[in-house]
Parts: sequence; C-alpha cells; structure tokens
Amino acid sequence: MASIEIANVRKGFGAVSVLKGIDLTIASGEFAVLVGPSGCGKSTLLRLIAGLDDASGGDILIDGRRVNDLPPRDRDIAMVFQSYALYPHMNVRDNMAYSLKLKRTPAARIAEAVGGAASKLGLEALTERKPRALSGGQRQRVAMGRAIVRNPKAFLFDEPLSNLDARMREQMRFEIRKLHRDLGATSVYVTHDQIEAMTMADRIVAMNAGVIQQVGSPLELYDDPANMFVAGFIGSPAMNFLEGQAKRVGNGVEIIVGGKAFCTLPHALALPEDGHVTVGIRPERIGIGAARGGTAEAVVDLVETTGAASVVHVDLTGQAMKIFTTERLQLAHGERVPLAFDAGHVCLFDRASGERLR
Amino acid sequence: MSHPGAAARRRLAILEPWLYSAPALILIIVTTLVPIVIGISYAFRNVMLLDPTSGGFVGLDNFRDLMRDASFWNALKNTVTWTASCVAFQFLFGLILALLLNRPFPGRSIIQPIVFLPWAIPTFLIGMNWSWLLNPAIGPLPHWAYALGLMSAPSNILADPNYALVGPILAGIWWGTPFFAITLLAALQSIPREIYEAAEIDGAGGFERFRSITIPFLAPTMLITVMLRTIWVANSPELIVVMTKGGPADSSQIVASYVFTQAYQGLNFGYASAVATALVVLLLIYALLLLSIRQAMLGSR
Amino acid sequence: MRGTSLSRTVKWTLHYAALLAYVAVALFPLYWLLRVSITPNDILYKQGMALLPSKVTLDHYATVVGKSDFLLFFRNSIIVSGVTAIASTLLATAAGYAFSRFGFRGKFWIVGLMLVTQMFPLVIVITPIFSIFGVLGLTNSLTGLIIIYTAFNIPFATFLMQSFFDGIPKELEEAAMIDGATRFKALVEIVAPLTLPGIVATVGFCFTGAWGEILFALLLNSSPSASTFPVGLLLYSTRGTVEFGPMMAAGVLALLPVCVFFFLIQRYLVQGLTAGAVKG
Repeated sequence: MASIEIANVRKGFGAVSVLKGIDLTIASGEFAVLVGPSGCGKSTLLRLIAGLDDASGGDILIDGRRVNDLPPRDRDIAMVFQSYALYPHMNVRDNMAYSLKLKRTPAARIAEAVGGAASKLGLEALTERKPRALSGGQRQRVAMGRAIVRNPKAFLFDEPLSNLDARMREQMRFEIRKLHRDLGATSVYVTHDQIEAMTMADRIVAMNAGVIQQVGSPLELYDDPANMFVAGFIGSPAMNFLEGQAKRVGNGVEIIVGGKAFCTLPHALALPEDGHVTVGIRPERIGIGAARGGTAEAVVDLVETTGAASVVHVDLTGQAMKIFTTERLQLAHGERVPLAFDAGHVCLFDRASGERLR
Repeated sequence: MSHPGAAARRRLAILEPWLYSAPALILIIVTTLVPIVIGISYAFRNVMLLDPTSGGFVGLDNFRDLMRDASFWNALKNTVTWTASCVAFQFLFGLILALLLNRPFPGRSIIQPIVFLPWAIPTFLIGMNWSWLLNPAIGPLPHWAYALGLMSAPSNILADPNYALVGPILAGIWWGTPFFAITLLAALQSIPREIYEAAEIDGAGGFERFRSITIPFLAPTMLITVMLRTIWVANSPELIVVMTKGGPADSSQIVASYVFTQAYQGLNFGYASAVATALVVLLLIYALLLLSIRQAMLGSR
Repeated sequence: MRGTSLSRTVKWTLHYAALLAYVAVALFPLYWLLRVSITPNDILYKQGMALLPSKVTLDHYATVVGKSDFLLFFRNSIIVSGVTAIASTLLATAAGYAFSRFGFRGKFWIVGLMLVTQMFPLVIVITPIFSIFGVLGLTNSLTGLIIIYTAFNIPFATFLMQSFFDGIPKELEEAAMIDGATRFKALVEIVAPLTLPGIVATVGFCFTGAWGEILFALLLNSSPSASTFPVGLLLYSTRGTVEFGPMMAAGVLALLPVCVFFFLIQRYLVQGLTAGAVKG
C-alpha cells in the first residue's frame, strides 16, 4: 500500500481553470473521499492521479515516486468507473483476469487471484456470465473484483454508486467499507453524495470550484466546518443559515436574529466591524417546546415525518428554518412554538467571505 | 523544473492522433489532392495523349476554346436539367418513402431492405438495365408508354435527341431515391416522440404536426443533404456515359460526361481538364451561394 | 394511429398500397433482368413483353460462364473489390478512431479536406491519374485500381467508423489502459471487437462501391486481363451483334455479391447514419 501526495497541482482546459493549486497528502491505507458539487474538480483530480489526463502544473507522487510522466499502466493503480466499464464481450472471469493476462502472469496464478477475488465478493456463481446478464450491483462487484485482482498500490473510485438505486447503494456502501477494512488499501473515492462521504471516509476532502475547502475526519467537518460551503454541504438536512447581528458582551458574544435575542455564546470570537454575521445552527441542535426553556418564537409552516424522525419547517421572524427531532409532536400550520438553541453548537460565519469566525 | 520524461510524453500525446490517421491521409493526399492540382494545371497546357510533342503551356487557350464551344454550353444547360430533375424527384419520392417507413409496422423489416436496394446496385449496371428496359426490342417500357398514350410509337427514347436525357434521369431517380429516404428517415427518427404527443394533446392534427414540427426539425438536414446531393449528381456522369454516351449528337451530354468523352474518346487531356476546371468553379460558386443563404437564414432566426 | 376503425383501416390500406408501389418499382427492373436471363432464345423476342416466360432455361448462364471472358472479369472484380474493401476499412478504422477519441489541432482541417475531396468531380482527376499511373506502370493493372478505389472510399468509410466508435464509451479504453494495456492494444482487443457491426458495414460499403466503379476501370485498363466486370459487360454490350440473353445473365451475376452484402449490412448503415445525424 502506498501514500499519495498531491503538490500544488493545477489543471486547466484551454482558458478554463478547473484545479487551482491542490495540496493534499493521503496516507498509506487511508480511505479518502473527495466530495463536492458537480464541476468542483474532484473527478478531474482523480483522473490526474490515474494518469488519464495530464496536470498543467504541480507534482503527483505515488509511494514517494513522481508519476506525472508515467502512463496509467505504469502507475500500478486500479480504478472503478461510474459506468463500471466492464468489457462487454468478455465474461466475468476474463474481465477480472485481463490485467494479469496483459502482464503474462501464468495461468495458475491468474486462476488463484481471480478465484480469491470472486469469493471475497460473492461472485463465484457468476464467473461465466457476460456483463449484460448481470444486475447493477453485480456489475459493481465485478468492477471491484477487477481492481482487487491487480493488488495495486491504490484504489481509485469515480462515483461508483451513482448508477444504483437507493437500497443497492446502501448495501454497496457497507460492502466497500468492509472490503477496505479487510484489504487495508489506500483508496481515493470521489462522490457528490455527502452521505457516502460521511459514512465511508477516514478523511473527507471537501472541494468547491477547483479549491480544497477543508480536509478532516467526517465529524471534524460536521462539527467544526471551516466555511459556509462545508457547513452547508455536509449533513442532511442541511445546516440552517440565518442573517443576524453579533455583539461582544463581556467574555461572550450576544447574537440577535430578526431583532430578537437568539442566544449567547460563552466564548469570545473575532467579529467583523459592523457586526453582520451569518448564523449557522444544525436542525438537530434546536429544541421545540416550552419545556426546553426556549425564548425565541417561530411559526410552524410544515411538518415532514419519516416515521423515525420529523423535520419541522418554521418561520423565525421572516427567515425559514428546519428543525430535526425524533419526538412525535402534534404541530399545526400557523402554530406558534418556542425554540431553544444549543449555544455550544452555533457557528458564526463572515457574511461576505463565508469564512468561519473563530 | 523540467523532467526528461515530460517532453517525450507531451510529444507522444500530440503525435498519437496523427499516427492513427496518417495512412489514410497520405493516401488521400497522394491520390486525390496532388492529381487535382495537376489536373487543374493541365487545363493551361496542351496535352494530347497520342501526341508526344504536346504538353506545352498554352495559357488560357483551352478556356477560350471553351467559351466558343457550343457543345459545352449545351452540356451546361443539360447539367442544370439533369441535376434539377434528379434531385427534385429523388427528394420528393425519398421524403414520401421516409414518412412511410417512420413508424413501425408489420413487415417493415422485409420491406425496408427491398426499397433501399436500388442504392446498392452499381451505377453501370443500373444504366445498362434501364437501357434494356427502354429498348423496345427487349424492354417493356416503350410498349407500356405507347399503350398509355405517352408515345406515338414504341421507340427507344435514348435514340431521340429531344428526349435522350430522360432515360438517365429515370435511372437516376430510381437509384437516388433510397439515399434520400435513408438520410431523411434517420433525421425523422431523431425527432423525440414526446414533441408529437404534446402537439397532439394540444390539438394539432396530422398535417399540422407535419408542418410545424417535422419540417422545421428536418430543414437543416434537408438543406445540407440537398446541397451535397446536387453537387454529387452534377458530378456524376456514369449513367449518361453508359446509357447514351452523351448522344445522340451530344444531346444528352452534361459537363461531367463531356469531360469524360473528351478524355476517353478525343484524348484531348488539356481541353478535358479545362472543362473540368470550369465545372469545379461553377460548383464552388453554387456551394458558396447556398452556404451564404443558409447563414442568412440562421442569422435572421 | 388513432381515429375511428374505418379511417384507420383506410389509412393502413393507403399506407401499404404506397409501400407496395415502392416495392414494385424497386424490384421491377431487377426482375426484368432476371426474367430475360432465363428466357430461352427462341421465345425471347416473340414473348418479349410477357411478364412470365412460358419456358425457362439456364443456357444463358452457361454461355456466360463457359464461353466468354466473364469468369476472368468476375475474378478481377472480386480481387479488386475485396482488397479495396479490406484496405479501406483498415485505414478508415484507424483514422475514424483518431477522429472519435482525439480532439487535436488540425482535425477540423483534415475533416474539411476529406469533405472537399468528395466534392470534386471525379472527372477532373481522371486525366492526371492516367498520366501518373502511366509513368508508374500502374495502368492496365489491378493494383492501380485498388489504390484509386481505396483512396476514394476512405472519406465516407472514416465517417462511418467514426460514428461507430463514438457509440463506444471512452471508459472502456481507459479501464484497459489502467489494467495495463497500451492504447493500441486497447483498440485492437477491446474497442474494435465491439464495433464489429460497423466494420462489417464499412467492408460491405467499400466492396460494393469498388465493385460497380466504371469510369476509372474503363480509362485505365484496356486489356481484358486487367478488366473488371463493369468494363467487360459494357464492351460486350456495344459489340456489333448483341445477345441480350447472356448479357442479362451476366448482369444478374454481377448483382449477386452486391445484393448479398447489402441485405447483410443495410441495418448497420442506417444505424451509422442515424448516429451521425443525431450528432448534427
């Protein structure tokens, strides 16, 4: 297993700059997830690591060795594509054996490796079938089998679960994670789905507009986002953002939203001159009901319930908010409810730059 | 910092596409481009095949002869008749056929290959086939035409200076209709079904749907196809060469076949090249005209 | 089609009637060719206009095969068309792949070049090619024809192959290259097998194109040993005494390879043209 280092990598297509100076180190055996919206450059970065495109600048190192000038086949990496890219005219066994055949591996070794991968992925019964006779999830596993057989230095995944339905996606997330635990392989996984990022990553690399926004463990990004992009992208339902005023009061900070008191933070922060801030609070950090000791009052708009939990849409002095609760509450449209905000989990952001205020 | 491998990899990345396309390109340049240039140069020289002393530069002499050559102007007139009739009818019959084949129906997989078959037949064979069909000694067409009152006597129109060109035109329509049908069918099938369904829900009848959906969608394809096809038909003398050799008395000669007979029978390569060059210039003007019309159409949208 | 039962029946009847007309027109000339070719000489002119002869015979075919040079011409045509088809397809596959996968500088000009060469009348290059080939000793040879036909077929063949390649996702080669293959190996082992219908269509198209070419064959070759089928048939038909029976029989024989190929590939041709048309 190998580490991957990205040093000041840039990539432009003509006049368009897709990656603007990426610095990243992925440790050996780590499962790193590149996550971000469409067009943020995550797939481009993955293709640069694979060697399918050339970087416009910067260095890419695999296992300490600079690979910028090496074609994909000399980089000893394996890739799982979004569309699986299985060879349609070969059966499952030949698909998995192809790379070994190219290296002129002896037949016995090939059989051993393919057999091992097949059993690890539950594909033994399917080895004679062609890809068109397989379901989406099965094709996914063959694509992974093809990668495993090579025993590469690193695995690259390009949105592999996007073409599966929700149930299959859940199952495959689990299986990929288990596989990673068994093999301990360095993996770079690209997705636009923040749930996949949260559940699968050792570390998440959040990207937007060709720049890394934040790198950290899933909970780090969740609890301690570096800016509004990360705060709003990670977590579902998304963090609430409200326009407000912040004022230094003693050793803490007083926050006003819509002219009414919102909450008071127990510690000091660097605040902007005019006091205009964006207040961020996650839906599950808001309490509904007088019992919580809430002072702010909001008007209920709509309640969505999934059975296990509910999302309550409210209006707080003209700004929309969502509240996440596992309590069964009977709330009617137009009802006024008191809200309590967990001061320990409020984030303040600079209104202009979106940067987190600390 | 420059790395030795980087330059090589960049060079390969640029060279790779050329390596794949080189063989095809070289062949085309050598056997098409070069001769075109040489061919145009012949127009300015006196090249008689059987005369070893020929080959001298004669400037615009060939073109002057061209201007005074009644046969050439006649051939030009015939070219317009030939091209316009062929393309117009090929388009009309091709469009009807494409519309008939557009929706699936039982038997389509058998009927479709059959109606497309004429396209695959070699032109010389079509020419000969139709020559025989029009020959009252062995073919039925003159007799049917006579029976229908179209002709005063069952004779061979290919031998009639007034109607000789009709023969190749008929053959050309028979041959060229499938090409239009295939192209128009492909374009028709790329129109999304939902648009028709939405129009139908909105209350549009069959003819109205054709007018407001099919035609606008097809228009760009039709224009390009007609333009390319016109040039192609104007350029192809095979049917005429095989059926009438341009006769009788040059009455069915078109410019392209005139070039051929000058080269093949008269062995006057210089003059033949001059005629061919004139044809190329005329076609270029035509193409530019159409393209500028198209530009104007697109601009005014 | 919606509407009342009656109007639907009327529509379908008209539909089929129109199609039947097209079928009849498409097949009649060929049918006539066949009919005359199997009509024995004694009733050939007497029953000239009958749609079905009262007696049939294969004598004319025997004449063509046994007593004339047609077998030689046939052989020449097969060689020329076959080699042309294979060579054109190979070159067009490579070029079509390049145009499909690479967006390289100059691509626009090359495609433009190919289009332009298609627009020039064939007749303008006839004379210079005759001279050049004469110098190179390629007149009266099958090789000369093969070279010309290959060059003329390449633009359209490349267009066909390119649209077939466009239908195959790039990820397949990328997966193969990551697995360890060079791009060329990926093309040969992974991508090309998947374009088999396209390759068959291109081979068929080039074969039929070369099979029927007459102008260059006529101009460049004057000796029977290098004559192809079209030349042979044309010269035969302009002889003093013309025998329609054997001539039509020869015509039917000329048709056979073409019809076979066409029925095999026409589906793919429409597919390829559709894909190209969708691209716009």
